Amino acid sequence: MKFLDALLGRSKPAQPKLDALFGVTGAAITLESAAGMRPTGQAAVCFKPASGQGFAAASEELKGLLDLAVTEAGSKLAVTDDRYGYRWVVVTDPDMEDLVTSVHLVNSTLEQHGFGPQLLCSVFGFRDGGSTPGQRFYLVYLYKRGSFYPFAPLEGERRDNELELRVKAALGGDLPVEAELARWFALWGIPLD
Amino acid sequence: MKFARSSATRGSFRGDILMARTRFPADHGLTSRMVGTMFLLGLLYVVFVAVLIAILKSWLLIVLIAGGFLFFQYFFSDRLALAAMRGHEVSPQQAPELHQMVDRLCALADMPKPKVAIADTDMPNAFATGRNQQHAVVCVTTGIQRRLSAPELEAVLSHELSHVAHRDVAVMTIASFLGILAGLVVRSSIYAGAFGGGGWGRSNDRDNNAGAVILLVVLASAVVYALSFLLTRLLSRYRELSADRAGAILIGRPSLLASALVKITGDMGRIPTRDLRAAEPLNAFFFAPAAAPGFSFSTLFATHPPLERRLEQLERLEAQLGRPA
Repeated sequence: MKFLDALLGRSKPAQPKLDALFGVTGAAITLESAAGMRPTGQAAVCFKPASGQGFAAASEELKGLLDLAVTEAGSKLAVTDDRYGYRWVVVTDPDMEDLVTSVHLVNSTLEQHGFGPQLLCSVFGFRDGGSTPGQRFYLVYLYKRGSFYPFAPLEGERRDNELELRVKAALGGDLPVEAELARWFALWGIPLD
Repeated sequence: MKFARSSATRGSFRGDILMARTRFPADHGLTSRMVGTMFLLGLLYVVFVAVLIAILKSWLLIVLIAGGFLFFQYFFSDRLALAAMRGHEVSPQQAPELHQMVDRLCALADMPKPKVAIADTDMPNAFATGRNQQHAVVCVTTGIQRRLSAPELEAVLSHELSHVAHRDVAVMTIASFLGILAGLVVRSSIYAGAFGGGGWGRSNDRDNNAGAVILLVVLASAVVYALSFLLTRLLSRYRELSADRAGAILIGRPSLLASALVKITGDMGRIPTRDLRAAEPLNAFFFAPAAAPGFSFSTLFATHPPLERRLEQLERLEAQLGRPA
């Protein structure tokens, strides 16, 4: 059907795959025990805000739900827009499970309102404990692919590819790691600490 | 079932399993018009080949020549278009912002990242080329970068990426094959008639017959050429509308694409004519066609739909976004 859609010029918006997201909790344990890489207790969802009242209503509901979830779990919340016009919902909570739950709250609220295609990625902050202690890196979840990849930014918009590949090796089979390296796109200016 | 794994949030979403996957209903009108056009093109193709086989003995040669053209255009379209526009590929270090925009749009749309190029011309435009997603190039001019805001440029890029996703270069190249073929037949038949020694002026029966056949071929080819020209232009306009639609849905803000269109087409009128003429053969893959000022395009011949038509479609999409879920 994909061929037919292309021929007729009616490509459908890619729908997000949400299931693999819950593997992060287990993967965090693996990363810590195998490579000493610890989560920073911060995660974020990145999506592209749409125009119109429909999206405004979804945002309103999302805000209410998040506030509720945050007070329940005792975590912190921040919303920022970046210079590329994407919105980041940043959650701070030492508990990995709470982080994943908050991230999924954003996913499901958007999807429920028909804005699933607007989801770009979610990121989980980590710190290296191996050869470059303290070096930050992120596990990026690509919603449309249903896969993860590590992203380790350095000063001056460079990437620490060595660390990224080390993370990939450490993850092993715990998470579906994005197989096409060309899809490990850089995300400069992630609003996590 | 979708939320089965989210133990903490499941409760609040019970009953919402049958939610809308997307907010935009399919545009069946546009699809059926496109299918109709493709059908007519195909029909024309079949009839034309049948007529050629019936009246010409050397049809194989013509098909081979035209096939060669098609092959060349199909496999080198990315380099041809880039070279014609004097675009050059840029690395993420040379154009970080542009690359980041394309990166994110590709992740949103779940497509492989095309090459990114910049053409150093003041004409505000953008185009996508390449036969498939693996060989695609998206090119913007420095003129469009200067005139549009970053979100507007992103909207234009999403329009171009939709062209890539719809494989428009392949579709249009194949669709215009018939036109190329018919044009070649007209030309080669006229040459054959004039210089080939067939001699329309001679008086014996055999030559009269040959002359009549050539005349028939020229006539048939000319008619086919005219019809296929109109149909490919029609198809091109539908595909532009499709790309507008898919692009606007991708960024979720149809009005951004509309404002980019208005800005560019408004600017188009003020561009020097020479620049435009040089760019005209490539119009089919452009974001907005380069029309010389004062030159009235008949809507029948245009590769792009009129601005009002495009804006009207985007307005409709914007209205669909406004509706509560």
